[in-house]
Amino acid sequence: MDKIRNLADLRELKDKLQSKTKLRDKSETPEQMVQIKVAMATCCIASGSRETMNYIVDELDKRNIDAVVTQTGCMGYCYAEPTVEVILPGKEPMVFGYVDSRKADEIIEKYIKGGMLVEGIIPVNYKKID
Amino acid sequence: MKDISYHILDIVRNSLNAGARMVEIHILEYSQTGQLVLKIKDNGSGMKEEMINKVTDPFFTTSVKKKVGLGLPLLKQNAELTGGRFSIESAVQKGTLVEAVFNLHHIDMIPIGDLALTFRTLIASSPDTDFLYRYRVDDCGFDLDTAEIRMRLEGVSLNTREVLDYVTDAIHANLKALKGWK
Repeated sequence: MDKIRNLADLRELKDKLQSKTKLRDKSETPEQMVQIKVAMATCCIASGSRETMNYIVDELDKRNIDAVVTQTGCMGYCYAEPTVEVILPGKEPMVFGYVDSRKADEIIEKYIKGGMLVEGIIPVNYKKID
Repeated sequence: MKDISYHILDIVRNSLNAGARMVEIHILEYSQTGQLVLKIKDNGSGMKEEMINKVTDPFFTTSVKKKVGLGLPLLKQNAELTGGRFSIESAVQKGTLVEAVFNLHHIDMIPIGDLALTFRTLIASSPDTDFLYRYRVDDCGFDLDTAEIRMRLEGVSLNTREVLDYVTDAIHANLKALKGWK
């Protein structure tokens, strides 16, 4: 088998990143960070959640927002895919539906940065009484 | 699903749900027979035989939130539409192997799609899982092993944009070279 491209240039990348990650070690305390869960089941993928997730990961990095982005399974809102759950520190989780890249941009700018609610929230219509 | 890269993302999700620490994704093209073989192999919890028989039923799911499970049935359908095959092997506590064979020149063959983006998404969302990505066209090809990348990065998380860009570029460059050679 031919190896077309080897991994030698990873060393350079490693040195560059090691100094950078020292600044980012806050990820030890995820409850103090913005948490974003992108639903990534069959229904979500078919509706474009892969593109949404990559857009969110890239944009958060570009805009210097510290956040944890993870995948989750189907949330049961298959009619409104792609769905994204956003948990701001100390706040109730918020689920947004029909999140394409334009909607994701709005969520990042208005909700995550500004704390303002945007349209497209999937309401939680009941709560258990403890 | 529109293309094979979406199927991969979808099926690997099953592996991750089964607690796999290592997932191998093989795409093997054979120009002589015109076939493309997709293999997804994991070391997750595996399945019992009665479950294996049920997973390609679209109304079987392990989820409690919905009543359908379409990932494997859709892959099976897309493979069989091209005159190909679909099979699944599994052993409890050992892992699962999903294999789909497509006929590349059949009119119903779906595109391969953006494999680099699928791989990028997998690494970004599960940076601690080992993924081996193997692409072969006959005897030529390349492997991309995140365990190897992780070892070389010595503690830097794979989930940073620079590393993800590096992996995406590596896959694009390798695929381009591979297809150019044909």
